[in-house]
Amino acid sequence: MASKTAPIGRAGPNSRFAIFRCVAGYLLAAALPAALTGLFVSLVPEVAGGGVLRWSVDWVPSLGVRLSFLVDGLGLVFALLISGIGVVVFVYARAYLDGHPQLVRFFVVLTLFMLAMLGTVLADNLIALFVFWELTTLTSYLLIGFTHERADARAAALQALLVTGIGGLAMLAGFILLGAAAGTFELSQLRAGTVDVRADPRYLPLLGLILVGCFTKSAQFPFHFWLPNAMAAPTPVSAYLHSATMVKAGIYLMARLLPTLGGTEAWTVTLTAAGAVTAVLGSVWALGQSDLKQLLAYTTVMGLGTLTLLLGLGGTAGVVAAMVFLLVHCFYKAALFLVVGAIDHATHTRERDALSGLAAAMPVTFVTAALAALSMAGLPPLVGFIAKELIYVGAVEAPVVPAVVVGAALAANALTVTAAGLVALGPFLGVRRAWSQPPHDPPWTMWSGPLLLAALGVGAGLYPALIDQTLVAPAASAVLNTPVEVHLALWHGLGLPLALSGATLALGLAAWSARRPLDRALAAAAAGLPRSAEGVYDAALAGMKGLAAWQTAVLQHGRLRGYLATVFATMIALIGLAFLWGGLSPAVPLPLDVPLYAWGAAALILAGTAVTLKTTSRLTAICALGAVGIGVAILFVSHGAVDVALTQLLCDILFVILLAVALLKLPRFRELPHRGRAAMVATAGLAVAFGTLVSLILLEILATPLDLRLTEFFQSHSQPTAHGRNIVNVILVDFRAFDTLGEIAVVMLAGLAAVALIRVRASARRHQENNR
Amino acid sequence: MASLLAVLIGAMVAAASYLLLSRNVVRFLFGFVLLGNAINLAILTVGRYRGPQPPLVPDGAAVPTAAVANALPQALILTAIVIGFGILAFSVVLIYRAYEELGTINSDEMQVAEPAGVPGGPR
Repeated sequence: MASKTAPIGRAGPNSRFAIFRCVAGYLLAAALPAALTGLFVSLVPEVAGGGVLRWSVDWVPSLGVRLSFLVDGLGLVFALLISGIGVVVFVYARAYLDGHPQLVRFFVVLTLFMLAMLGTVLADNLIALFVFWELTTLTSYLLIGFTHERADARAAALQALLVTGIGGLAMLAGFILLGAAAGTFELSQLRAGTVDVRADPRYLPLLGLILVGCFTKSAQFPFHFWLPNAMAAPTPVSAYLHSATMVKAGIYLMARLLPTLGGTEAWTVTLTAAGAVTAVLGSVWALGQSDLKQLLAYTTVMGLGTLTLLLGLGGTAGVVAAMVFLLVHCFYKAALFLVVGAIDHATHTRERDALSGLAAAMPVTFVTAALAALSMAGLPPLVGFIAKELIYVGAVEAPVVPAVVVGAALAANALTVTAAGLVALGPFLGVRRAWSQPPHDPPWTMWSGPLLLAALGVGAGLYPALIDQTLVAPAASAVLNTPVEVHLALWHGLGLPLALSGATLALGLAAWSARRPLDRALAAAAAGLPRSAEGVYDAALAGMKGLAAWQTAVLQHGRLRGYLATVFATMIALIGLAFLWGGLSPAVPLPLDVPLYAWGAAALILAGTAVTLKTTSRLTAICALGAVGIGVAILFVSHGAVDVALTQLLCDILFVILLAVALLKLPRFRELPHRGRAAMVATAGLAVAFGTLVSLILLEILATPLDLRLTEFFQSHSQPTAHGRNIVNVILVDFRAFDTLGEIAVVMLAGLAAVALIRVRASARRHQENNR
Repeated sequence: MASLLAVLIGAMVAAASYLLLSRNVVRFLFGFVLLGNAINLAILTVGRYRGPQPPLVPDGAAVPTAAVANALPQALILTAIVIGFGILAFSVVLIYRAYEELGTINSDEMQVAEPAGVPGGPR
């Protein structure tokens, strides 16, 4: 972390409770992960013996969603990594962020992340898995943006959230398709294999959607760009989320679904290609980084690519190699991230060029870095060597283009050797520098964890029985869905894998010795390469914002007339299209049945409407509208609607009085600006088109038969049931009494609101007078 | 009858739309009243013309003996007229108060909530 947090509020040495507070803080921080680690370790013997633990409750039973958990070999390995590395990271972070004012927030979010991650790898139900998966995305967002006062941290957090979030949504769609195809959302039932999803026509789309989720989460090319940016997070977070656990969630899911979805050409080709490209590009990009943390981030991309590649191969060799490499990668990569954090802590820089000769000042850190890097480089007797041999065994047996796969693995591994050297040797060897504050090893809480992780790499290498039958074999058995015997050993005998290991080392050392010209060449090459989909992400984000601003400016311009015109035009276009599509009913019956007085009423209405349109006198317009109302009332009478006509007349009179009283206080129409001739023609065109459309709709409706069931019901029940002879009255006060109550409430509310508006004016006036 | 009303309603809607598209909020209100009348007539028209017999049950009968008008649209229109009048009364007060506060009845000049030049406001 470049911006170091000042120790604020740190208990002074003379504080009596300082030591208790300190110890209590560490205990609290590490208690939960430690307890969980203990729990999962205690499950190892049972699971290694082939046992599978299940626990479940109904969640959304109507949708077949259960909150069910499953502990088998694969889930247990991940759970152990999450909780075990959790202990190391929690203790380390407690010291790393000591005195940070937001320490509590940090630990709350980190704990939530850990639980969500455990939920992801232990969930048996796909929907539950998705929920936990998204929770890791959310907590990752909060942790990357932990130093939220920095704009780059916020941008990186948002990028990770959007990329992995969109991937997660694609995955959910894939899960739903998978559930529909297989008839279950339970992973344990999917693995039972009663339905072969691979033969389902939905197989390709669901595979693609789920893989988008896995590839975004596990930073596969071309979605990898968010991971290096996520290094804006505090270093313990990078070590935990962005190398050891969260980015492995996609790997976990691919491994979990291998027996259900794997083995097809689509699976093999997609995973192998994506993994190989990601591994090679990740390792190439890693060497070009000047920031140690960025360098590690790109080697993580390489590691994730390798894991995807191995799962793509799909055979026993590939899966066993993937499981071993998964463990190995977690050990050395978490340790190296924490080492870089210690260097940053001591020297306040992570720049490769600014760091050298720290070995004497930071011996423990150096030893940790060296052990981890030896494992990363894959040298015997470390477990990294075993992993690399297994990778080559798997690559040689690749079902598709083994030569290319082996070549990709060789290139990635060789460059990883170089990267390991850059991280572990670069800062510690060479000339000693003059520091303003002499660097020193961090407190034991910060070196013990990384050293333990690095030592695990040595221990598992010298004594592979530590992991082979306890963790690797159960995990591989779970992935392959058949029991697998795994016996790891440093010595695999002479053969192609050993030769490839030798070649890897030779190439890596050659690149290491030529690292300075190589750096320059890579920097030049990187400038020319299309970096990734990050450009697409940036363009999409900018485009979306631009589109939002554009459509807001165009649609939300703040002019009422414009809004209405848009609404009218849209209605005309849509309804007009429907008419064009469906055609018009041609028959328009001539109005021969119209009594003379109804013709008169229609003429009155037309005349009143025309006068309202034309006049510039307010009073004339009000009178003309009153005349229209009277004409409408006459038409009501002509239809036998006597009550309606009465109400219409009453409201019409009230309306004329109200308008005359209120509106005559407003300015004359002549004082307003006129619209220009062109605008007038356009508005008139719009209005006439809309009116014509309404006429056409009405004619169309009149040409279809009317459903009279309700009318007949009211006619036949009005007298017998409600004891009323006026059917309209009975409908209003009896059958639809609640509607009428609502109508009265609306009128009352409108009246109250009108009174309130006038009262506000009165009180405002009083307020003004008081202020004077 | 129905075809006459259909054409008449179309003409009223066209005039109402023209008035609604005015920047003068009083003319907007006139358009609103006209539109309300047109819609009430439309409901009536869709209920079909069956002559001028009101929907009443004669004394001594359980159901209407002759063909009477459709009662359902009438009930709907009654509700619509009353609610329309309530909204109209409120709108009149609103326009009057807006004129008192803002000194204009031009809707283009009523820009207090979204002043021009502010993001989200008019350009």
